[in-house]
Amino acid sequence: MNLPTFYEGRQLVTPGDLLAEDDYVAGDNTYKDDGKVYATRIGLVNYKDRNIFVVALKAFYIPCVEDMVIGKVVEVGLSGWMVDVKAPYLALLRASDALGRSFRPQQDDLVSVFDVGDLIICKVVAYDRTRGPLLSVDESGFGKIARGQIVEVTPTKIPRIIGRKGSMISMIKQETGCHITIGQNGLILVSGKTLEDERLAVMAIRKIEQEAHTSGLTDRVTEMIRKEKGGVEHASKGA
Amino acid sequence: MLQKVPEKLIDENNVRVDGRGVNDLRPIKIEAGVLVNADGSAYIEQGKNKILAAVYGPKELHPKHLALPDRAILRCRYHMAPFSVQERKSPAPSRREMELSKVIRESLEPSIFLEYYPRTSIDLFIEVLQADGGTRCAGITVASLALADAGIPMRDLVAACAAGKVEGKLVLDLTDLEDKGGEADVPLAWMPHLNAVTLLQMDGMLTIDEFEQAVNIAIEGCKQIYKLQKEALKAKYVTVKEEAEE
Amino acid sequence: MSSTIVARVKQRQIAQLISLGKRLDGRGLTDYREAQVETGVIERAEGSARVLLGKTEVMVGVKIEAGEPFPDVPNEGVLTVNAELVPLASPTFEPGPPDENSIELARVVDRGIRESKAIVLEELCVELGKKVFVVFVDVYVLNHDGNLIDASAIAALAALLNTKVYNYEVKEGEIKIKPGYSPLPMRNYPIAVTFAKINDKLVVDPWLEEEQVMDARLTITMENNGKICAVQKGGYGYFTTQQISEAAKIAHEKAVELRKRLVKG
Repeated sequence: MNLPTFYEGRQLVTPGDLLAEDDYVAGDNTYKDDGKVYATRIGLVNYKDRNIFVVALKAFYIPCVEDMVIGKVVEVGLSGWMVDVKAPYLALLRASDALGRSFRPQQDDLVSVFDVGDLIICKVVAYDRTRGPLLSVDESGFGKIARGQIVEVTPTKIPRIIGRKGSMISMIKQETGCHITIGQNGLILVSGKTLEDERLAVMAIRKIEQEAHTSGLTDRVTEMIRKEKGGVEHASKGA
Repeated sequence: MLQKVPEKLIDENNVRVDGRGVNDLRPIKIEAGVLVNADGSAYIEQGKNKILAAVYGPKELHPKHLALPDRAILRCRYHMAPFSVQERKSPAPSRREMELSKVIRESLEPSIFLEYYPRTSIDLFIEVLQADGGTRCAGITVASLALADAGIPMRDLVAACAAGKVEGKLVLDLTDLEDKGGEADVPLAWMPHLNAVTLLQMDGMLTIDEFEQAVNIAIEGCKQIYKLQKEALKAKYVTVKEEAEE
Repeated sequence: MSSTIVARVKQRQIAQLISLGKRLDGRGLTDYREAQVETGVIERAEGSARVLLGKTEVMVGVKIEAGEPFPDVPNEGVLTVNAELVPLASPTFEPGPPDENSIELARVVDRGIRESKAIVLEELCVELGKKVFVVFVDVYVLNHDGNLIDASAIAALAALLNTKVYNYEVKEGEIKIKPGYSPLPMRNYPIAVTFAKINDKLVVDPWLEEEQVMDARLTITMENNGKICAVQKGGYGYFTTQQISEAAKIAHEKAVELRKRLVKG
């Protein structure tokens, strides 16, 4: 899913705000009534050709096929697992998908593969309005998370955390030396060499989430990380 | 603390007991996003009213037979804390609280895009921490903000306010004293750009004319409250932006 | 729940007819169904009535008992209204404690009677501040075919008009019944008029299937002198201010019509 990036300097709108009249197409987080387009969520309004959409400042995750997400196993079922991906609906991961072959109930112990409470990196492979989303871990790098910290942000801020052409997230990875996996559902896995590195990365992500609607953010985040790193070095020098 | 009952509720200069004019709202403070655990929340102080609202959801509804196949359901609980009123109120839900939970829910449903989330429920909790008349209206005002704060897509915010008749005059935003001592109370909730009245009740006695006037007075109150709601939603983003960009 | 889902074809039919000013059962938009009122149907109750509004059937029994007044009105009797949506009345009524629908029904009927000061409660005082008569109005819905509020309000009013208070004297602080009785003192006859909004049109006295397709409902209770004494909006839709004004005017007319039928016979 290609989420539009935040454009700083756009106007902040709230639900029910009139965005346009006449011949506009109602895009994301808007609706049309009697020829007029209104916002449905609080966010920044954008106009592109005849399309109006609002990039929401806060919204829960709605699954989209091909999204990579981080989920938590909440139930071990008869032939698969129920996974909480922070969407209104629980997602299903089939045993056959995780095992890479058909499921043999007599021999396979699902709990030993994933248990309740495990965090997993997976992909949404199917989602329609009649059932919950279907997940898959059948790709390299997917599966149970063994170490690292999880940061939870509102999903609409993910594009800002990634940055234009990945510029923001690359900068954070570089400055902190952390490995960062971003789930489209707002869960981010940060895994670094030291706890301190992870802490810096988490701080940066939180700052972006708070200030996503402002301008000059990349510079401020870079500056903050460097200042924090410098501060720590001074402290260890002093000790 | 016992209240002394004044002799007159409105004096010769049309000034009410708390110093307000007949068309004045009580002082209002609203804040969105006040609770950490809820998906959305808001808090309001209107005169002596102190009311908190929290929203959870949308999430799948269990047991499944309570869910609707084509839309979400909104569940609402309006509850008054035992210490919120002069004489301690039992924490068990009263008939009044059950009726109010229903009418409040029905006042907010038209504003939410329930059809986007079939088989789920959106749970709304309204806790009245201190009550001084007009709590169902203030409850709707703060609940609407909590829903928007939760990122639930809405057609519009819902603002609510009561009008009534006290000592022969039509007034806006009655306190508990004015409601008990007055001739009529008309609580109303309003969705602005659809000109939609989503809550309307009345008890007392009014001529048809007076009733129509009271409805209009209440809507004027709602218009002012609507502005405050929008400001409250934007508030935290505005301050963050100002601080960051200076 | 499935039994309350009206087939889409029928929904459209009902809505289309209404935009043409007609209803599926042939009524005009502001016509009530045929109403039958029978009073004195329960001997053991001090007052009772059974109302048939179309196929909606409601029975109301009134019992009078001695009790204590409210501290802030020590000279008045007490009115209390309760409603039961008896499970046999509809596939949607479940057994159990009163749910929000029966509570709303009871409170709206109560409001009409209370705010219009229909019962002269001051005449029900036995001993100031200590003993008064409590009027228990119990609404029993026996068949739900729409518009329970109006049917219940009519039945409650009819039952109250039928209610007799036994003559009594106070001996040694106890109430002793004497022979003979007098009617419950009444001074106002509140009438509830309920509208359903369907396809932006207002229809009076919705029957069950109209209720199932309506956007919202508005009840306006009128007292004798043309004043409004209770209003209740219900349902998950809304009304515009113009519709509210329109409803108030129609309610006034309808209340006068209905009251004539009730209070006479």
